[in-house]
Amino acid sequence: MARILSILVGLFFTVALAWSFGKGAYTQITEPPAATAEHEFHLHPKELHLASDGPFGKFDKQQLQRGFQIYKEVCSACHSLSHVAFRDLAALGYSEGQVKAIAAGFQVPGVDPTTGEANTRPGLPTDYFPKPFANDTAARAANNNAIPPDLSLMTKARHEGGPYVYSLLTGFQAQPAALLKEFPDAKTPDGLHYNPYFANLNLAMAPPLTADGQVESSPGNPKPTVDQMAKDVSAFLVWTAEPKLEKRNQTGLAVVLFLIFATVLGYMSYRNIWAGKKH
Amino acid sequence: MSFPWAKHYTPAHPFMKWMDDRLPIPRLVYNAVGGGYEVPRNLNYFWNFGFLAGLCLVLQIVTGIVMAMHYAANTAVAFDTIEMTVRDVNWGWLMRYAHANGASAFFVVIYIHIFRGFYYGSYKAPREMVWLLGVVIFLLMMATAFMGYVLPWGQMSFWGAKVITGLFGAIPFVGEPLQQWLLGGFAPDNAALNRFFSLHYLLPFVILGVVILHIWALHIPGSSNPTGVEVKSSSDTVPFYPFYVAKDGWAIGVFAILFAIAVFYFPNALGHPDNYIPANPMSTPAHIVPEWYFWPFYAILRAFTQDFFFIPAKLMGVLAMFGAILVWFFLPWLDKSPVRSGGYRPLYRKFFFFGLIPAMLVLFYCGGAAAAEPYVMISQLAALYYFAHFLIIIPVVSAIEKPLPLPFSITESVLGKDDEAVLDVSAAPASAV
Repeated sequence: MARILSILVGLFFTVALAWSFGKGAYTQITEPPAATAEHEFHLHPKELHLASDGPFGKFDKQQLQRGFQIYKEVCSACHSLSHVAFRDLAALGYSEGQVKAIAAGFQVPGVDPTTGEANTRPGLPTDYFPKPFANDTAARAANNNAIPPDLSLMTKARHEGGPYVYSLLTGFQAQPAALLKEFPDAKTPDGLHYNPYFANLNLAMAPPLTADGQVESSPGNPKPTVDQMAKDVSAFLVWTAEPKLEKRNQTGLAVVLFLIFATVLGYMSYRNIWAGKKH
Repeated sequence: MSFPWAKHYTPAHPFMKWMDDRLPIPRLVYNAVGGGYEVPRNLNYFWNFGFLAGLCLVLQIVTGIVMAMHYAANTAVAFDTIEMTVRDVNWGWLMRYAHANGASAFFVVIYIHIFRGFYYGSYKAPREMVWLLGVVIFLLMMATAFMGYVLPWGQMSFWGAKVITGLFGAIPFVGEPLQQWLLGGFAPDNAALNRFFSLHYLLPFVILGVVILHIWALHIPGSSNPTGVEVKSSSDTVPFYPFYVAKDGWAIGVFAILFAIAVFYFPNALGHPDNYIPANPMSTPAHIVPEWYFWPFYAILRAFTQDFFFIPAKLMGVLAMFGAILVWFFLPWLDKSPVRSGGYRPLYRKFFFFGLIPAMLVLFYCGGAAAAEPYVMISQLAALYYFAHFLIIIPVVSAIEKPLPLPFSITESVLGKDDEAVLDVSAAPASAV
């Protein structure tokens, strides 16, 4: 009885699935899905090698400082960095005095101590990076109806985040003729910019890094080409997303080595205890 | 449980005797995971996963309690409090990554544990209750993990919650009011986040309670073993301590190495990048996918694309998704074969290795892929096999199969002959104790 009931229930589900499968297969044959421009022209991120890659990776502090400079002078005009405080910049090799000076260079929201009115004041190391727009509506109004996303976690919020940021920054180009030929309706709308590394190929951000030497370089650092600047700011955003990466790598090494040692001991005691006991 | 030859607890220290007379916890431990629990000597490494699952539960509770100390269940700040924990709390990053990957580790272990049960027929009499409680634990784990994933209030948290709670809307007549009642609103919001947090803290302790019942029920007949032949004499078993403590001990080491590599070097590999974007009800992610451990069941949910007679496709999907797990409850009565172990069941074994395992892997893959062709069609075939396997193939196979001859005893299966019964087992561990 249980067996018959079970087979009937089984038939109910399997027939329903076969029906779904049949209808789906029929639709596939009669109306094969149309190709899309996103599907055919979207590119995977380019390769990017950073000092922080791999199990022994360490941040290149010089590069992070260069990346921070680019964020400060270029990106911060539109993008917030809300999970990062100025005090965190000490990890980039800045002294306490330098951190204070950097913080003071930013105006953060404050309260007038005499009137209680909202105003702004120079930042302190304990402050977080201020947001460039008062609210989402202001951000949309200034950016062709798109909200510039916060960058703190950007390299963890995209697949292959570091290479993604680097590819996006260096990937702006004219729309390929082949794309327009195949998908005439997919022309990049006015105000958007074609970039094959962006998921839907057209993004509101104009190319932010346009000219070599856009930021001033300090002695001992590589020439600030667009490619180099894109690499530096990607490295910086890897740090903002995962500031504890170095400590994680170092702790991990110690933990794994200890565990291997303990496991070998555990295995030996296992062999010892089971010696002479066939199993 | 106790085989007649199991050793009895004899307190050595006066304090332990004093304790044993008043609250016999030492005796309980001794009989549960000590020298008083006699275990088949022939267990293979698949039998380590129960112990590992218990370890995972403890790990999740410990890291989870620490996470809860820094977390605030409020949609305005939930995402930020997690980031604060990772960035500013001492070792907060370790707690967060250990907890997030701990959930994955728990499911890896539990899936192996469950499939060991499938292959070796661990669900059969007299261990039905062990199995039923195990399925209850699995369901509780899924609920707990689902609600835990909502707590960081990232994009996948929000949209995953929306999709999964939306399933209740498929229930005829009461679906929509039920969904709103469960969420405390029309969509996941602060009310939902608060209750999810409350339940996410509660359920692990419920799981712990059911785990105790699971182990209790296990200790009545004692552990199963790879031959499926029941214990017959003292030469078939060894005491849990020291034999299986040592074996579990080094298995824990291997598990811990793999877990540490994941936590320290690939902490985000199993997560979805979108969950590092704060929840935004106005912006739907391109692909909404749950965590990897739900993928097979998510694939089954999505496999039903057509209405079936008067049943809407969505309701079919929901029925099938829950049915795919509920069917495990009936397994002890669907599989009537008197032989437990797949090792002695040539036909069952074939269906297990060439049917169930591939179907499950395909469902895993398709559940994580985009809801587009060819994945939907592939998952439909795999889901079809899945239901056929449990509801049609297993009952039929168990009726027609001719099992291989079983060994007379566990000892015979190990030694090729059963003449060790004269040798006392307790002689062996003397050097080790």
